[in-house]
Amino acid sequence: MISFNGLVAICLAYVVLLFAVAFTADRLARLGRGRWLRSPLVYTLSLSIYATAWTFYGAVGSAVRSGLEFVAIYLGPSIVMFGWWWLLRKLVRIGRSQRITSVADLISSRFGKSNLLAVLVTLLSVVAATPYIALQLQSVTVSFEVFGASTTAGAGAEARASNSPTAFWVALGLALFTVIFGTRNLDANERHHGVVMAIALEAVVKLFALMTVGIFVVWGLSGGVPETLARIEASELGQWQIDGGRWAGLIFLSGAAFLCLPRMFQVLVVEAADEDHLRTASWAFPAYLLAMSVFVMPIAVVGLDLLPEGSNPDLFVLTLPLSQGAEGVAVLSFLGGFSSATSMVIVAAIALSTMVSNHIVMPLWLRLTGGRASISGDVRNVVLTARRVSIVSIVLLGYVYYSVSGGGAALAAIGIISFVGVVQVLPSMIGGIFWRGATRTGAIAGLVTGSVIWLYTFFLPSIGLPIFSETLMAEGPAGLSWLRPQALFGIGGIDPMLHALLWSLSLNSLAFFGGSVLSFPSPVERLQGAQFVNIFQHSGGPRSWASGVAQTEDLLIMAQRILGPQEAIALFAREARAQGGRGDLPEPRPDFLETLERELAGSVGAATAHAMIGQIVGGTSVSVQDLMAVADESAQLMEYSARLETQSAELSRTARQLREANDKLTRLSVQKDSFLSQISHELRTPMASIRAFSEILRDSGGLSEAEQSKFASIIHDEAIRLTRLLDDILDLSVMENGRVHLNLREGRLSEVLDRAVASAAAGEGKGAMEIRRNRATEDHAITTDLDRLAQVFINLISNAQKYCEAARPRLTIRVQDLGESLAIDFIDNGHGIPREARDVIFEKFSRISDQKAGGAGLGLAICRQVLERLGGTIAYMPGEGGAAFRVMLPRGAALAAAE
Amino acid sequence: MSQPPDPRARPPAFFLERQTYRRRRLQDAARLLPVIGIFAWLVPLLWPRSGEEAPLMGSALVYVFTVWILLIVAGALLSRRLTLRDAAEAERGLE
Amino acid sequence: MSKRLLLIEDEPNIIEAISFILSRDGWQVTSHVSGRDAVDRIRREAPDVVILDVMLPGKSGYDVLQEIRNDDALSGLPVLMLTARGQDKDRELALRAGADRFMTKPFSNTEVLEAVRAMVPAA
Repeated sequence: MISFNGLVAICLAYVVLLFAVAFTADRLARLGRGRWLRSPLVYTLSLSIYATAWTFYGAVGSAVRSGLEFVAIYLGPSIVMFGWWWLLRKLVRIGRSQRITSVADLISSRFGKSNLLAVLVTLLSVVAATPYIALQLQSVTVSFEVFGASTTAGAGAEARASNSPTAFWVALGLALFTVIFGTRNLDANERHHGVVMAIALEAVVKLFALMTVGIFVVWGLSGGVPETLARIEASELGQWQIDGGRWAGLIFLSGAAFLCLPRMFQVLVVEAADEDHLRTASWAFPAYLLAMSVFVMPIAVVGLDLLPEGSNPDLFVLTLPLSQGAEGVAVLSFLGGFSSATSMVIVAAIALSTMVSNHIVMPLWLRLTGGRASISGDVRNVVLTARRVSIVSIVLLGYVYYSVSGGGAALAAIGIISFVGVVQVLPSMIGGIFWRGATRTGAIAGLVTGSVIWLYTFFLPSIGLPIFSETLMAEGPAGLSWLRPQALFGIGGIDPMLHALLWSLSLNSLAFFGGSVLSFPSPVERLQGAQFVNIFQHSGGPRSWASGVAQTEDLLIMAQRILGPQEAIALFAREARAQGGRGDLPEPRPDFLETLERELAGSVGAATAHAMIGQIVGGTSVSVQDLMAVADESAQLMEYSARLETQSAELSRTARQLREANDKLTRLSVQKDSFLSQISHELRTPMASIRAFSEILRDSGGLSEAEQSKFASIIHDEAIRLTRLLDDILDLSVMENGRVHLNLREGRLSEVLDRAVASAAAGEGKGAMEIRRNRATEDHAITTDLDRLAQVFINLISNAQKYCEAARPRLTIRVQDLGESLAIDFIDNGHGIPREARDVIFEKFSRISDQKAGGAGLGLAICRQVLERLGGTIAYMPGEGGAAFRVMLPRGAALAAAE
Repeated sequence: MSQPPDPRARPPAFFLERQTYRRRRLQDAARLLPVIGIFAWLVPLLWPRSGEEAPLMGSALVYVFTVWILLIVAGALLSRRLTLRDAAEAERGLE
Repeated sequence: MSKRLLLIEDEPNIIEAISFILSRDGWQVTSHVSGRDAVDRIRREAPDVVILDVMLPGKSGYDVLQEIRNDDALSGLPVLMLTARGQDKDRELALRAGADRFMTKPFSNTEVLEAVRAMVPAA
C-alpha cells in the first residue's frame, strides 16, 4: 500500500514535470521555435479542460445515480463542435479580429464597450465558478484522503477531507502555478504557451488514466466486452430509465455552457493559435469526449458489484482499482483526477483573473488615480499585479467556499448549478453575433433577469441554510406561493435543474429581445454590431495572433493618426534607439508606453490617450482603432473628393477649351477644303464664258459685227475678272506677308463712302438695296490709303447686297466720332451671321455656306488685312438685328506707326 | 468521395467552377452535421421509459455511441476537405 | 414646234453664251437666275430639258434637282447639271441627286449641244 507521503511525492514530481513542460514551452515560444506548440492536436487537447474532476470522478457517480444521463454532458459539446461551421468559426474569427480577451470582453465589446456589461458578466462568472473551483479542490483533497484512509474505501473520506490542510496546500500550489505561467506576459491576445502545453499534457494523462481504469475493469475484472455488456444489463442500471426532459435539457445545457464557460472561452477562442485548428478539433474533440465516457458505465456497474454498499460512487474510479489491489492503476487514476482538477483551476483562474483585472480592477484603479494615471506610470505593473492578486483571490475564494460549505454535496450537482449560471450569457452572445439589432440595454436586461432567476431558483437553494430557510423553499417569500424558488408561478414538480434552466433562460432571452427592440443603440454599439455580425466581410481573412511586434505596430499606426506619420515614426525610432534595440520599432515596455502616452495626451487629452493605449496594450479590445479607422477613412474620402472636384473642374475647363479649339480647327479645315472648290469655281466661271464665246467666235459663221464685238468684249471683261481674282489672292498673300505698299493721302470719309456706294451699286446693277446714311456725321478728314479703305467699304456693302435676305434689303451706314478713332458701322436688316460662324468669317476663303454664292471668300479676310495695315480694326457686332460690321479707323496718328 | 479531378485534364474554368460548387456543398454538409446529431440523440426521448418495453441499457449505450462514432467519422472526412481559407473567400463572395 | 429649254444659271455671260448656241440649233431658251423659285418656274414653263447650275443664289442646284425628282410630275424631266467645281465628289453628288448629265465649266459648246440633243428624244 502506497503511503500518503509517497503519494505526495508522486504528486510533487508530477507538478514539477508540469512546471518543466510549461517552462520549456514558454521558452520555445519566446525563441520563436516549437511551431508544434500551436498544432491542432495541442489545441484539441487544451479543450479537454471541459472534462474536469467533476466529469473524471463525477461521471461514474452520475451513472450510478441516473444511468446514461452523464453522457448528455458530453453530447452537448460534441454537437457544438460538429456544428463549428455555424458558430465556433464565427466566434473564433470575432475573437481574433476584435482581440477579445474573455467572455466578458466579448459581450462588452459587442455592446459598445459597455463596462457595466463586462462587470455583470465577470461577477456572474466568478459567482458561478467559485463553487466549481471548490469542487475541484474537494475532489483532489478527497482523493488524497482515499489513499490516506484506504481501508474504508472512501466511505468517510469526505468528512475528514474538509478539515484537512490538503485543500489549502493544493489551492496555494495551483495559485502559484497559475501566477507564474498565467501572468508571464501582457500580450493583447493573452496567449499562454506554457499553460496550454501543460494542460495538453494533463489532458493526455487524464485520458490515459481513465482508459487504463476502464480497460482494467472491462478486460481485467469483467473478462471482455460482451461480458461487460451483459453485466450492465443485469445490474440495477440495466434499463433505459432516463427522464426525457433532463436528457434534452442536459444536452442543451452542456452545449451552451461549453461556449459560455470562461475557461472554455479562454481555450476555444482566446488561446486559439489558428482558426484552422477548429477543423481538426471539430471531430477530434468529440472523439476525446467519447473516449472519456466510453468506460464510465462499466466502471459504475462493476463498482456497484464489487464495492461495499454505501461506497461513494463519485470515487469508484479510484476506489475500484484500489480495492482490487491494483495500486499502479489507482495511482494513475489519482493522477488523472489530479490533472483534471488542476488544469480546470488553472485555466479558470486565468480566465477569471483577466476579466476581473480588465473590467473591475483596472477601471477602478484608473478612476482612483484619476488624471494622474498617465504620470504615475507603470500601468503594466498595475495590470500584472491586479491579475496576480485576482488569481490568488479566485482560487482562495474557491477554497473558502469549500471550507465553509464543508464539501459533501454530490459533485455533479455543483457542476450543473454552475453551468446554469454561466449559460445566462448565451442569449447576449448568440444574439450579439447574429443579430445586429441586439443592444446594450437588451443585453443588460437579459443578463440581470437570467442571473437573478438563476440565483433565486437554483444557486441559493443549493446552499440552503442559512440563506434560504426551509419555509421559504416550501411556501415562498412572505407566503407568496407563486414565488416559491423551485416552483415559479405555481408550476411545481419540475426537476429543479430544468425549472431553473427553463425560467432563467427563457425570461433572459425575452428581456434581451424586448430590451433590444425597445431601445436605441449608440453609434459605437452599431459599429461593433455591424463588425461582429458581418465578421466575415469585415475581417481580412484568417490571421494568426499578432506578436509583440505587431502590438507595437498597432501603437505606431495609432500614433501616426494622432501625431502625424513623420513625427510618430521619428518618436518610435528615437525610443527604439533609447532601448538599445535594432530596427525602428521599440519593445512595448512601460517606459516607452508612458512616453508615447504623454505624447498622445498632448494631442487628444490625457484620458483619451490613456484609454487608447489601454485598448491596445491592456488588451481590452481595439475598437477605438476601428473608430479611428472609420474617422480616418472618412477624412481621406472627403479630402479625396475635394481633390477630385477641383480636378474635374479643371478637366472640364480644359476639355471645353480643347473642344472649342477643335471646332475651330474643324471649321477651318472644312473651309480650306471648300476653298479648293471655291477657288476652282471662281476661276472656272469666267473661264467658261471665255471658252464658250471664243468657240462661238471661232465656229459660228454669220455673226454680225455687233455680235462679234459684244462677244469679244465679254471675253475681255471675263479675262479682266480673272486677273482681278488672281490679284486679290496675291494681294491677300502679300498683305499677310507684310509687304504691302500704302498710298497715303488726305481725304474726307464721306467722299470715300460715296465712291464705295457708287461702285458697289454699279457692280450689283440691280439697285434693290436701300442704303441709309447720315452725311452730317460723315464729314471727317482722314489721312490714309483712300483706295484700300474704299476697297474695304465696297466689300462690306457688296457683302450686304449678296447676303441680306430681307424682303426689302436695307443697309445703314453709321459713323461715330470716338475721339482717337472713327467707328464706321455697316448694319443690314437681314438675319445676321450665326453665332458659330462669327469666329471664322474673317478667315481666308471663308464663306458662310455653299448656298450663298458670291465672292471667293476672300473679301472679309482682305478687309481685315487692309485695316490691320491701316492701323484700324474690323469686327462683327452682335445684337444689331442683322449683320453688322464695325470698322475702327485711327484719325491718322496711328498710321505712322503702322507704316 | 472521390479525389478532385486533375486540373490538367479539364479546361481551367470548368475545373474552378466545379471546385467552388463542391466546396459549397461540403459547407452545407458541415452545417447539417450537428442537426443530424441533435435528431439522432433526441431519438431516445421516444423510447418508453421503465416497464417491460424499455430498451436495455446495453443497447441504449450502443446506440448513443454508434451515433457518436459515425458523426466523428463524418466530421473528420468533412474537415479534411473543407479549408477555412477557401470558405472565407467563398462566403465573402456569397453573402 | 421647237423644243423648250430652261437654263437656270446666275452668271449672265454664261446665260448669253448657252442661249446663243442653243437658239441657233433651234431651241427656245429661257433663263432663270436664282435657285429659290427655280422649281416654280419649271412647273410654269414645263420645259423639255433643264440646264442647272450648282452654285445658285438662294438655293443650291442639288436642292433644286432634289425637288424636281421628288415631284411626280417632274421626275422624268431631263436635267443637265453644270458645275464650276470640278472635283469628283461634285460629279458624284450631282449624279446621285438624279442628274441625267453632268458637265464641268469651262465646257465645250459642241458637247453641251450634243448632250442636250441626246437627252431629248427627237420629236
